[in-house]
Amino acid sequence: MSKPTVVAPDPDHEDFVSNLDTELVLDDGVEEPGQSLTGPDSADLETSGATAAAAAFGTANAQGQWRDIRRRFVRNKLAVIGLIMVLIVIFVALFASLIAPYGPRHQDLFNTESPPSAKHWFGTDEVGRDQFSRVLYGARIALIVGLSSIFLASTIGVLLGSIAGYFGRFWDALIMRICDIFFAFPLLVGAIVIITVVGQGVTPVIIALAVFGWATVARLLRGSILSVRESEYVEAARSLGASRWRIVTRHILPNSFAPVLIYATFSVGTAVIAEAALSYLGVGVKPDVPEWGNMIAAGQGKFDSSPWLSLLPGAAVVFTVLAFVFVGDGLRDALDPKLK
Amino acid sequence: MLKFVVRRMLQMVLVFFGATIILFSALFLFGNPVNNLTGSGHSRPQSVVHELQKKYGLDKPVYVQYYKYVEGLIVRQDLGTSYRQANRQVSKILPEKLANTAKLALFAIIIEIIIGVAAGVISAVFRYSFIDIIVTILTTVTIGVPVFVIGLLLQEVFALQLHWLPYFGLNDGFKSYILPAIALASIDAALVARLTRGTMLEVMRADYVRTATAKGLSRRVVIFKHVLRNSIIPVVTYLGISFGSLLGGALITENVFQLDGIGNALVTAIRANDNPIIMGVVTYGVLVFVVVNLLVDLLYAVLDPRVRLE
Repeated sequence: MSKPTVVAPDPDHEDFVSNLDTELVLDDGVEEPGQSLTGPDSADLETSGATAAAAAFGTANAQGQWRDIRRRFVRNKLAVIGLIMVLIVIFVALFASLIAPYGPRHQDLFNTESPPSAKHWFGTDEVGRDQFSRVLYGARIALIVGLSSIFLASTIGVLLGSIAGYFGRFWDALIMRICDIFFAFPLLVGAIVIITVVGQGVTPVIIALAVFGWATVARLLRGSILSVRESEYVEAARSLGASRWRIVTRHILPNSFAPVLIYATFSVGTAVIAEAALSYLGVGVKPDVPEWGNMIAAGQGKFDSSPWLSLLPGAAVVFTVLAFVFVGDGLRDALDPKLK
Repeated sequence: MLKFVVRRMLQMVLVFFGATIILFSALFLFGNPVNNLTGSGHSRPQSVVHELQKKYGLDKPVYVQYYKYVEGLIVRQDLGTSYRQANRQVSKILPEKLANTAKLALFAIIIEIIIGVAAGVISAVFRYSFIDIIVTILTTVTIGVPVFVIGLLLQEVFALQLHWLPYFGLNDGFKSYILPAIALASIDAALVARLTRGTMLEVMRADYVRTATAKGLSRRVVIFKHVLRNSIIPVVTYLGISFGSLLGGALITENVFQLDGIGNALVTAIRANDNPIIMGVVTYGVLVFVVVNLLVDLLYAVLDPRVRLE
């Protein structure tokens, strides 16, 4: 199915701060006709619900709403900090090989298990590998797994959730019962079971996390579709003779998408934790891969003499997770001021 | 009410069979149980392999194995025999580990209730005050700190630096559970605090609260009798579900603190490819999950007379 055209707020942060002034001026302009849900002036937006705010998705001419969502997001300091943190993690992951002072497998045998120093910022492990470089490389695995598992989970969840929500009855019952079954497994336990079958590695971890992550997305989307489906504008579209496909993709999905988007943002953090936890337990990516969970586990044996070996990669996990939590918080407040 | 309970029971049965079928097929259909049993890499005489297969019922088709598993579980409370711990029954191995997990869960839920609810109430009552800001910052940050990081930090500070509490293991009785329980409870305590604050603030805007204040009741009475009682329901529900998942075993916490609980048993069994123990632990977790969810739903109806179960 074609995905609703949801775009994250302009990823180029500076760009969207500098756009702010012009936007504020433009904001007094005439409202586009596409925004059936919002009142004539932007003050009303503050009282409009999730569905109203989310109406911006997919409707190409709803520029004004996008502007309001962005403005609310940028006004939220923590959200902006979170966005900057996310960009830092992305930057580090993309350019790890350029930033890192040493290769991830380079061994400095004269400095084994040395504490943090000018030469090795995060110290070295027992075979003399530079921990700082390995932490930087670790951002790659964390981001790849975090983003792709949530993307996969959301795709499955959106597909099944919209079938359940729109078609209802049999499909709804069937899909929701399947969800119930998947909810019975805690994320880590379910993921471990899949990994025991598929084997260790990056792809198995992504698949495992997605298989046990889609059910929440499906249930969320189904819930908000159920409330949107009965709304007047959907009825209007139906009475105008719009096809089912058009109603689902152009009217229902865009208007019920806000909770999914917010949940997905938070979930990237959860997935990063889960991935590190799996590797920490020795069932995630292969133990020689520079990855945070691996590093924490490897350092734990020497925790009483060299705590930095575990604590610094742990700090990297916290940084990444908080980044997505802050952005998720900001997104929630921006998309739905009432939820705060 | 009865109708609701019956329907939920049917759902429970469905979830139980669905989940165990998924699990069983993962381990016994798509996995390689014979290899797991005999230990891959070891070459054993064909006759020995055959005998082992027969002993553990692996010579039969998978659906027969599944049937035998469920039959054993329901009729004899038998979960099969461990592949690794020579001839020990899974149902004999797990209870003592379960006891450790249950103690840890109990400590953790007490922390969640005391710290989580108190922090939430304080920060709602003194909204936008200094203490509210502190609580909000702490809860936001805590949510982002995974258990293995909090666990390591606690070990570093309270065991290695201050020597107040044991580093790991279960040899110091009550004291052994304090650090792991804090680590395990941290994220849920933060979520409970947020939930309590949120629902209380919502209830404070309700008409009946305004009425209570208007008729001259003291702030204390309004907060505790009207606001707290009406906002505690979702919190209790959340705590119930949290307790259920705690009882299911804490993989990471038990690993960090080397507690001999059910989560650790699962991780050990996964590493050793000990299928019957994996099956046993996860089946137990699924059972706890369905039962706790039913209880929480019923509790909800008991606590909130407005809820009618249909």
